[in-house]
Amino acid sequence: MKNEQYKIPPGSNELSSAMPDERGYFGQYGGKFVSETLMAAISELETEYRRLKNNPEFIAQIERDLKDYVGRESPLYYAERLTKHVGGAKILLKREDLVHTGAHKINNCIGQALLAKHMGKPRVIAETGAGQHGVASATVAARFGLECCVYMGTEDIARQSLNVYRMKLLGATVVPVDSGTKTLKDALSEAMRDWVANVDSTYYIIGTVAGPHPYPMLVRDFQAVIGNETKRQCQAQYGQLPDALVACVGGGSNAMGIFYPFIDDTSVRLIGVEPAGHGMETGKHAAPLSVGSVGVLQGNRTYLMQDEDGLILDTHSVSAGLDYPGVGPEHSWLKDIKRAEYVTIDDEEALGAFRQLNLLEGILPALESAHAVAYAMKLAAQMKPDEILVINLSGRGDKDIPTMAGIDGISLS
Amino acid sequence: MNRFEERFSTLQVSGKKALVVYIVAGDPASETTVRLMHEMVSQGADIIELGVPFTDPEAEGPVIQLGHERALRARTTLTDTLAMARAFRQQDKKTPIALMGYINPIEAMGYDVFVDKALESGIDGTIIVNLPPEEGEILGSAMIEKGLSPIYLLSPTTLNERAKLICKQSRGFIYYVSLKGTTGASNLNYTEVAERVAKFKAMTDTPILVGFGIKDAESAGKISKMADGAVVGSAIVQLIEQNESEPEVILKEVGSLVASIREGMDSAQ
Repeated sequence: MKNEQYKIPPGSNELSSAMPDERGYFGQYGGKFVSETLMAAISELETEYRRLKNNPEFIAQIERDLKDYVGRESPLYYAERLTKHVGGAKILLKREDLVHTGAHKINNCIGQALLAKHMGKPRVIAETGAGQHGVASATVAARFGLECCVYMGTEDIARQSLNVYRMKLLGATVVPVDSGTKTLKDALSEAMRDWVANVDSTYYIIGTVAGPHPYPMLVRDFQAVIGNETKRQCQAQYGQLPDALVACVGGGSNAMGIFYPFIDDTSVRLIGVEPAGHGMETGKHAAPLSVGSVGVLQGNRTYLMQDEDGLILDTHSVSAGLDYPGVGPEHSWLKDIKRAEYVTIDDEEALGAFRQLNLLEGILPALESAHAVAYAMKLAAQMKPDEILVINLSGRGDKDIPTMAGIDGISLS
Repeated sequence: MNRFEERFSTLQVSGKKALVVYIVAGDPASETTVRLMHEMVSQGADIIELGVPFTDPEAEGPVIQLGHERALRARTTLTDTLAMARAFRQQDKKTPIALMGYINPIEAMGYDVFVDKALESGIDGTIIVNLPPEEGEILGSAMIEKGLSPIYLLSPTTLNERAKLICKQSRGFIYYVSLKGTTGASNLNYTEVAERVAKFKAMTDTPILVGFGIKDAESAGKISKMADGAVVGSAIVQLIEQNESEPEVILKEVGSLVASIREGMDSAQ
């Protein structure tokens, strides 16, 4: 299939919002690769979402909750000491770490929980890697009085114990997943198995811009609040658009959320940061956009980490939330049309940025977001002082304190 | 006539229903797979579904997931799976083989290469769990052109309009997933299955086989009264799991399970 036909003419507002096409494709990426039992459920979800997304009452409900419950809008903060330290572009932080539950994941969960309510589903399920989406799902389930079940790989349960307990406090059931690599992708497969068995009563809150259509579209739409606010705030505070946006990419929801409203603003560079783990040369990473190939996994066609036989490779990242062999299909498309750039940051660099943001700004970033910080510091140094670089600081790092303490050889118990 | 058509017409003449058996290729080892295929046929299996190992078998219950993991420990790929089919085909020219699995290994091989290799290896059709007809058009037409059968699935949630499309696009047979759930689930509702299958049968002349939740002579017997055949998977894979290190025991145990299911189906007619 040709990607050329999807190239965006500069200044067009219509093309980006028209994606995906009716079949759920972004160019050759996306689609609905699910078992027959789920086809009816995803069609129903798409119909319901298309019906509600322009409904003033539904929009008002979401806006009310984003404001009063989530605490939006989140600040766009000038990181003055970080900027001085780097000595280049002005660095701004989009403070998603300050929203309720400590990460951008809640934006999507509010929207999807309201969809579940409208669709009359009493039960929601979710997959989680770092636990941020699990916490956000458990949170909205409590908020809207829904039963909640979260699937989580046993390896992630071990490295994100705080979030596991937090989900239990929120009344959710956390189901350990011990199959495959025992991480996010296996949790997602297990959630799909639950959904197949309980499709009548259950709404599946997918946490990232992946899965079968319509999920990549609706998660993006619910996360686009990040980019919309950033655009408005940057214009109001500095009278211009940013020159570059930098965000980490696992499945890619925080990146898609901040990129999407800027897709047609072609002067704005969009940069996604994938985890290089132990280093790209070791193969122990999770960077499908950087070195993967196209395939089909968990509902959509996209770039994947796979071998020549089409088997999915084990991935590694110090951050559980980025440890995923696939990526949202819209990112694959943005890469191919060269609208977004994708780069990598390894574990060491991310840990360094994690420490520096603490010391220079008094901000504890999630290890996921620290990947974006690390790359932004490199990039800003090469930019001019009158240019603006925005980092999507997608979450806060409280959950990572045990991991960091372990790395530093400190016992917290 | 292709091998599916021949097999169904033979069955019809003898007044029998199709017994379809599923194993994962390379579980627990490739030598065992080919022997097991022959053994199951000799005990009364009519069609073989050969599972293609995949790292993320999202529609499978725990038993078949473990089957995939065992096969992958032996590093079994799609290419290896095709080689097993070819080895089986040297002695058995008649029993239809459908590959069952997920689309990614086929995408990685390339559709055209896959179709040629499948044909060479004596494969008759594919059941690709995560490839609904909407996504399967390109592969499906490439297969049909070469005389291979894309087999699609129907489920309890399939609405009438879709069911018509699925019936129209399927070749060989149509696989009705009897319940909402993964393979190996056990909450089979026979009345509901009978109603649904009757409705689908009115839409097509293509045989409709029922799978998921069929594990013994009794359940297969009941299903064979309402459909053109029954698919047994997890019950067989479970026996492989229990006797993983003893191929001879696997052959014996699976053989006798298949024989008893055959008997259950025949006596129910």
